[in-house]
Formats: sequence, structure tokens, C-alpha cells
Amino acid sequence: MKYIYELHQMMLEHHLILVYEGEFTQEITKSILAMAERNMDSSGEESSVKRKVFNVMVESLQNIVKHADANGSAETTSHSAVFMIGRSEEEYVITTGNPIENQTIGVLTDKLDKVNSLDRDGLKQLYKEIIKNTEISEKGGAGLGFVDIARKSGRKLEYNFAKIDEETSFFSLTASIGRL
Amino acid sequence: MDILNLEGTEDTPKIILDKGNGIYEISGRSLPEDSAEFYQPVLDWIEDYSGQANDTTDFVFKLEYFNTASSKLILDVLSALEEIDGMTILWYFHEDDEDMEEAGEEFSELVEIPFEFKTY
Repeated sequence: MKYIYELHQMMLEHHLILVYEGEFTQEITKSILAMAERNMDSSGEESSVKRKVFNVMVESLQNIVKHADANGSAETTSHSAVFMIGRSEEEYVITTGNPIENQTIGVLTDKLDKVNSLDRDGLKQLYKEIIKNTEISEKGGAGLGFVDIARKSGRKLEYNFAKIDEETSFFSLTASIGRL
Repeated sequence: MDILNLEGTEDTPKIILDKGNGIYEISGRSLPEDSAEFYQPVLDWIEDYSGQANDTTDFVFKLEYFNTASSKLILDVLSALEEIDGMTILWYFHEDDEDMEEAGEEFSELVEIPFEFKTY
């Protein structure tokens, strides 16, 4: 049972207030949002910060839900994703991780680098450009998730691909939101 | 014509579209699993209404939060409303919610409809 203590220590060390590993669905998304909201309410968080955190959480969680649906390998994908949110004195840190097919690494990297290369006004223009021309995909996405996360975060997004095997990698994405 | 009346839930907005009483309002939170499916009845209602619209229509958006998939559908709703004469959008935002204010400004730049901004 020692790992429980270690896990607890690790969560404290990284200021994690919520960690979820497992299946991701709309119902679970709503539950996670409700828990995080209650946590922020009870800690008396500023409403402007709360709204941005909520916003980034929704887009991050729905990214995983949609990706899990799209992959065809929903079983493995949706069951092995992870979501966590941490809070320190200065910021909230929201991280998601899920397996992806290696062939999508290029597209994801391009999108994320583009988003990270833009300032506030550039992100606004990109958002307007995409929303005018986009159609809702079969997955239910508008292709605006990363742009929106970056706008609400106001900081660069951090990401990483850890190779699992020849076909898949573990994609992690971190966004942080400063506390006023 | 029929009234469209949907109760709000934790992930879908409250919607009232009532020509007889001149009430047109979308309010609350919008992060449905399938935004296209959720907004289809709204788009259908507006298409119906466009053929028999009142002289003026004050269409209220009073959203607390919407996700990016909903934002695309909100633009579709606005584009449908754009075709109707006498249309005004009343865009409400919480007084300290700059992001919602900015979202309204962006929509107002994407369609040719007068927007009035109001705080609550």
C-alpha cells in the first residue's frame, strides 16, 4: 500500500487538486467540471480566473472525448487518457495526455507551433479566420480548440509526444492560467 | 407559429423562441456533446420565422459560457438571423466577463446585424 502514500506525496508536490485516469465521455467531462468548479468555489477563486479555467478544461476534455471517438480504437484510446489540474499560489495548470497515432504528430505539431507563434491579436485573427471557414467535423469539433485554449491561457502551450511504439505516441498538452 | 422552448441543463442553454410574445433568447451554458445536433431545431425555427417575421426582432444572447463547437453554431444562427429585416442582437455579458464581451464583438464583426451590448 506504500504507493498510495507516494501518490499522495506526488500530488501534493505538484499541487494537483484533481487527477482522472480512465474513460472519457461527455458525462465524465461534466462530472470533472463540476468537481473542479466546486473546488474553485470553495477556495473563493476570482470569477474571471474561474471562467478561464473552466473554459480551458472544457476544450481539453472535449478534445480527448472527440479524439477517442474518432480513432476507431476507442477502447484503448479512451481508457488510457489522463486529465489533471493543479493549483499553486501563482497559477492553475491543466494537463491532458492521450495516445495518438504517430501519423497525426505532424498535423498537431504544426497547429500547436502556429498557435504558439501568435500574439493576442494574431490568435484573434486566426480564430475569426477558422470560424468563418470551418465546418463541424464528424467528431463534432470546430478546429478551434487549441486557439481557444491559447487565448484563454494567455501563455504558450506546452506539448510533448512520447513514443509508445511504431504506431502510437502519448500526446500531452499543458496550459496554464495565471491567478490575479 | 410554434414556440421553441428548451429548458437549460448543465451543458445546454435555455432557449425560448416565441414569435407571439416577441421573445427570442438563448441563455446559460453551451457545451453539448453534439453542437450541430443541438442547434438544428433553432436553425429550423429561424428558417420558418424568416418567412413570417415580426417587424422588429430583438434576439437576446445571454450566455455564461460556450465551447468552440458551439461558437461555430452560434455563428450559423447569427448568419440565419442576418437574412431577417428588423433584426437586432442584444448581447449580454457579465460585467466582469471581458472574454464574453470580446466574443460578442467578434461575432458582430462577422455578420451584418446591429449589436447592442448589455451587462448583467
